[in-house]
Amino acid sequence: MIIPDPLLHRPAPADDPLHAFFWRSGADGVLRMLRCADCGYWLHPPSPRCPQCLSAAVTPQPLSGWATVHTFTINVQPWTPGQDPYVYAIVELPEQVGLRLSTNVVGAAPEDVFIAQALQVAFVHRHDAYYPVFIPLTSAEDGAAP
Amino acid sequence: MSDKFEHDAVISGAARSAVGRRLGRSALDLTVDAAVTAIVDAGLSRGDIDGICTYPGGSADVTFGYAGPPPQEVQDALRLNLTWFQGSAELPGQLGAVVAAAMAVSTGLCRHVLVYRTVTESSAQGGGGRAAVLGSEQAHSYGVWSAPYGGTSPVNWLAPVAMRHMYEFGTTREQLGQLAVTFRRHAALDPEAAVFTAPLTLDAYLAARMISTPLCLLDCDVPVDGSTALIVSTAAHAPNTPHGAVRIEAVGTAARGRLSWDQYADLTSMAAQGASDHLWSRTDLRPTDVDVAQLYDGFSILALVWLEALGFCGHGEAGPFLEGGANIALDGRLPLNTNGGQLSGGRLHGYGWLHEAVVQLRHAAGARQVLDAEVALVANGGGPIAGALLLTRHR
Repeated sequence: MIIPDPLLHRPAPADDPLHAFFWRSGADGVLRMLRCADCGYWLHPPSPRCPQCLSAAVTPQPLSGWATVHTFTINVQPWTPGQDPYVYAIVELPEQVGLRLSTNVVGAAPEDVFIAQALQVAFVHRHDAYYPVFIPLTSAEDGAAP
Repeated sequence: MSDKFEHDAVISGAARSAVGRRLGRSALDLTVDAAVTAIVDAGLSRGDIDGICTYPGGSADVTFGYAGPPPQEVQDALRLNLTWFQGSAELPGQLGAVVAAAMAVSTGLCRHVLVYRTVTESSAQGGGGRAAVLGSEQAHSYGVWSAPYGGTSPVNWLAPVAMRHMYEFGTTREQLGQLAVTFRRHAALDPEAAVFTAPLTLDAYLAARMISTPLCLLDCDVPVDGSTALIVSTAAHAPNTPHGAVRIEAVGTAARGRLSWDQYADLTSMAAQGASDHLWSRTDLRPTDVDVAQLYDGFSILALVWLEALGFCGHGEAGPFLEGGANIALDGRLPLNTNGGQLSGGRLHGYGWLHEAVVQLRHAAGARQVLDAEVALVANGGGPIAGALLLTRHR
């Protein structure tokens, strides 16, 4: 799902051949990260070899797109004039303990975001990149992710 | 040679330039002021200086008053003859330059190293505040995973650490706020250099403008212009220092775990843990032996993280440790950031504390002197960057 960008200013990621797949992955609506074909370990940020077994057989593989909020902040200071408060978050993906991504939680009021909240991936399309962002699936009344 | 290289070196001199908001002076000007004063303070003349070491080095990227002059400019301004120099940002924290200088002395490459750190961030930001120096169009280097998401300022990288600490351990803003409130009291006792000296109440802290939850304006350090210079000398020079030398008892330089802002396994400790463990592995002294601590507070939460990492309290227990502020006051269990820290003293980027530790161990801190201070801990850095020094009064 492509969603409107809540940020007035969003820098483009620098070109890096190792990172290119990540910023293009959302074109078909799927979040991908590198995964080791030999030991199954997921890698983020992208790295040329598996840091567990040093295999070079690491290729982009699709993820479920689910995540939970590991921690976050509501940025209030308008670094860009006119910018509304937004959520800068570190989310954890269910595919592997400690598999994390810095991102935005969007599609909910910032004050309704909480640690352990269940999320689903979406994408912001800008600067020719597909930025993975996350939408809450649960509210505080529902409690944490199952 | 000693068993530990750091025992071969001492800090023989320390000085700072004028420190303040928008001084409008060049970085080289401030640096030379501090350097000349530090050389005299160490009982040396410039002909004795055979090394220069600085963090981060003046050629470091686009700097906005962050870097100070490169070693070559200082060498030329003072016409020094050097056998070694270095300007580098990729070190165990800002005080990694002191560690490098001690290594150079220990190997015999140098006898007296001028170590400096100069900032003109206040002037660089001018009237535009922080926003004037943020917001580039493309994200680079370690910023490539944060800046594209509006992780614009370091406050956005540290606020999630505070949030996680509050979630896991029940730490409160009232407890965190004791850092800002206590350091403000200390800053008032260093009126020559400190930026903010007016009393600060906990209520005023809690009412301050939010920047990035849960961190408010008073959780963020204050940019200044100023230079700090230290002289790292061979230990043989210690008896000849006019104002007393400071021993380097132990360094903490280890890099352990995933040193990134979002991938470190336990975001409530991060690189500070590796550096702290390493430091205590190099000395028989223990946290209870420390008389005064100078812990990095570029953001308040970092001082809290260091308190736990260094073992001044248990992991997750810094909130209760800070409750009420008595433990970290000048007459408390652990007098902390006795120069006001960077929150009130000003962001000399790690080096304000090195200067303050030397002054405290020389028993020359005047109204803010910690009684009979013999052992000082200085820690620099936050998130994936960390280094620590255990310093002792030379006998």
